[in-house]
Amino acid sequence: MADPMKIRANVVGDSTEVKVLMSHEMETGQRKDAQGKVIPAWFIQTVTATWNGKTVLSAQWGPAVSKNPFLSFKFKGGAKGDKVQIAWVDNRGDKRTDEVTIA
Amino acid sequence: MNRLRRTVLKQGGGTTLLALVAAAGWLRPGASLAQAAAPWNKAAFDTHSMAETMQALGGGEPVQSKDIVFFQTPDIAENGAVVPVGITSNIPKTESIAILIEKNPNMLAAVFDLPAGTDPTVTTRVKMGQSSNIFALVKADGKYYVAAKDVKVTLGGCGG
Repeated sequence: MADPMKIRANVVGDSTEVKVLMSHEMETGQRKDAQGKVIPAWFIQTVTATWNGKTVLSAQWGPAVSKNPFLSFKFKGGAKGDKVQIAWVDNRGDKRTDEVTIA
Repeated sequence: MNRLRRTVLKQGGGTTLLALVAAAGWLRPGASLAQAAAPWNKAAFDTHSMAETMQALGGGEPVQSKDIVFFQTPDIAENGAVVPVGITSNIPKTESIAILIEKNPNMLAAVFDLPAGTDPTVTTRVKMGQSSNIFALVKADGKYYVAAKDVKVTLGGCGG
């Protein structure tokens, strides 16, 4: 199981701004190790953000997203105390979901 | 001798076998992923040119647009492994924003689907193998729009 994500969600005007820092190797499958063997690709493929059961962002990523990916977006609505959930799935089928309360 | 296997093979149909495999839970059914998440578009992430990517995403030739703005994106990136990219689309009815990097081994880096109510602005960080154009591909009201930004990389992000 991967390390937890760091998520922040803040109300800005009538929107909620969400910032996520995930912990993931994001190996491209292009690099080689010391023995010259290709290191297999390992990266997050899909990311979903939900608020009150409604999807507010869904993303598909390739291996070109940086290691320990950062993501920030904004959606309309959201009040202090609401919960925002972020979930990701990587190409090995590993998944992680974290939740944060809007501040 | 495994009789069940015999029978299954005799019945032949590949679909039967596949259904059994799925029923046995060997295949991860997409439905178990977070709700409404589109399956990962492998074809689109395997492409090497703008035209191929557009085809895989199911769009035509994108139109150049000045309503797509890059922010937080450097002109010169010191470390190609971590290049911040921020994209805002001022085109009404923006449905999705994709980031493409021209000279990476595979062009497409990320696709963000924005349901109504989500601001057409995303910020993330990408890897760049070498100095190249970054394309922001915006889908709005069924049409595709594109904007480019040239980013110079002083230290490559792949294989470094």
